[in-house]
Amino acid sequence: MLLLWVRTLQLGVKSLSLHLMRSLLTVLGIFIGIASVIWLLAIGEGISRKAQEQIEGLGANNVIVRSIEPPSETTEGIRGPVPYGITRADYERMMATIPTIERGLPIREIRRRFGRGGRLVDGRLVGCTPEYFEVNRLDMARGRFLTDADMRTKANHCVLAAGTAERLFPLDDPIGQSVRVEETFYRVVGVTRPRSPTSGIGGSLAGQDFNFDVYIPISTLWSRIGDHVITRRSGSFEGEVVELSQATLRIDKVEHVMETADLVRETLRPHHRTEDYGITVPLELLEQARTTRMMFILFMGLIAAISLVVGGIGIMNIMLATVTERTREIGIRRALGAKRRDIIRQFLAETVLLSVFGGMTGVLGGLLCGPVSRGIRWALDAAAPDVMEQLPEVIQAVDPIIVPWSIPLALAIAVSIGIAFGLYPAVRAAKMDPIEALRHE
Amino acid sequence: MQYAARCEALTREYHLDGGTVRALRGVDLDVPAGDFVAIMGASGSGKSTLLNLVGCLDHPTSGRIRLGEEDITRADDDRLSEIRASSIGFVFQSYNLIPQLTVLENIEVPLYYQGKLGATDRNRCRELADQVGLGDRLGHRPTQLSGGQQQRVAIARSLVNDPYFMLADEPTGNLDSATTEDILNLIDSLNREGKTIIMVTHEPDVGRRAKRIVRLRDGMVQSDERVGDR
Repeated sequence: MLLLWVRTLQLGVKSLSLHLMRSLLTVLGIFIGIASVIWLLAIGEGISRKAQEQIEGLGANNVIVRSIEPPSETTEGIRGPVPYGITRADYERMMATIPTIERGLPIREIRRRFGRGGRLVDGRLVGCTPEYFEVNRLDMARGRFLTDADMRTKANHCVLAAGTAERLFPLDDPIGQSVRVEETFYRVVGVTRPRSPTSGIGGSLAGQDFNFDVYIPISTLWSRIGDHVITRRSGSFEGEVVELSQATLRIDKVEHVMETADLVRETLRPHHRTEDYGITVPLELLEQARTTRMMFILFMGLIAAISLVVGGIGIMNIMLATVTERTREIGIRRALGAKRRDIIRQFLAETVLLSVFGGMTGVLGGLLCGPVSRGIRWALDAAAPDVMEQLPEVIQAVDPIIVPWSIPLALAIAVSIGIAFGLYPAVRAAKMDPIEALRHE
Repeated sequence: MQYAARCEALTREYHLDGGTVRALRGVDLDVPAGDFVAIMGASGSGKSTLLNLVGCLDHPTSGRIRLGEEDITRADDDRLSEIRASSIGFVFQSYNLIPQLTVLENIEVPLYYQGKLGATDRNRCRELADQVGLGDRLGHRPTQLSGGQQQRVAIARSLVNDPYFMLADEPTGNLDSATTEDILNLIDSLNREGKTIIMVTHEPDVGRRAKRIVRLRDGMVQSDERVGDR
């Protein structure tokens, strides 16, 4: 039985190679279809992997509220800095009234210049609570993070991010030494490991870089610096009055995140005249990514389906022509003892060979997905950067990841196409009257 | 007596738009094993129809056909195919070799449909090619052979399954007289070795080479006679 199939396939290869060009052209449709099946799954996987990473960076359980400086028109005519953003009262209210918030993390960020001896580094001074360490999944390189005791005593302790530590203390151990911020000195108690930037959240599209941070207890920040912060910027002074830059709210269950985000919105709205805050829900990014991925898979799936059907019709067309062309051969074979199913097997073997060949080359084409898509992106960047910018971020940044099971799937599709579209010509060949077929010129 | 084929009161009618055509109207024909029968007649006499029936390519409208011991009158398509593969050897006027196959592969085709694909079967094909004088051309394609050589391949192919009889339809119709003589000598010698041969022809010269001539006319046997000295 096996030998029979081997011989049938040999015969198929022989017949197909008689019309090599014709066979190759026929296979093209299947090639494109199969390659796009692999592509669409790889790109979809790339999108969701990327989204996963982003969300891991921000925390799927979190709702992040950030203060946003209102547009200057709304504050025109008012002298001096106008207070804006979320307040301590907002924070307390949310923590007190929304039961699904498990834990809150208030943050106040100020751009500052840090000094140690003659060395200076520009970075962010981050006032936070000890929870910051866990919520942002920091790792300590040396020493410890801030503690509740630091909070209570409003201690002048600070923790340096990796970049800050390296710039200020290139040669020696920073632990126990002092860092100067404006007129105040802070004792270094720990240094964190480097941390990868997350995507931008809440209003600012730019990603955040955490490597030049200095962390101090938020209570210390409030009492030493206060809400009214004056920043020297290129000769002039700029003031801002902000109580909290950000509040990261950890929700107890992922299922509650979306509802809680609505509650947060409702809680904040009555107390703010302008939209001076933004709410980011990392989970929404996941939803977005899912939508983008679905759109992509639908779109590519449509292309794949169309080209597979067209490819299948191409195969069917060629096989019908072949059957007519080989009517005589069919007659001879029938006279020499071929049963109908022998004829069906013979022609089906040819279509399956065609489609499997298309499938295998398609898989090879599919495996080139990574380099080719990088090439396309590079070309698009060079030729039409403005178009590129308008594309969703997930598509701009996506790196296709070949899904291993897409390869057997693609081959299975190829074989099914071969059988589905080869069956009719094969049956037609088998149904011929041998006497008529023998007489065919 | 052993019979290769026995036909009793065979009729075959075709239903066409214009009415019914009665191609055979009751033919009785017994072919004993080892016989060499020439079936002759003008075109339209029914010889092709009879050939198709005896060759298991068609069903009779009425009557009975037996090949060897088996009654094939009502056999289904699959069974008829099996019989063609195992027990009938076809030789056609236009050779009917498969162009993309080599000589050896062409000879093998009937075995292939019996599932006989082993080495001994291969060897048998080689021997047959030798027997018809083409042992040195096994790898050639039909288009590289002359008409006479092609017909030799076809004869080898018809014998590969050790059939009840060889069914030759105008085997020399496309050949010149010298080659015709060669082929007829080959068929003759096969018959002397004991092969049963049924040959359809309309050439009297060719018909005379048989042991027995059956003449058909208007779908009936007109005469059935032994050829003089044989």
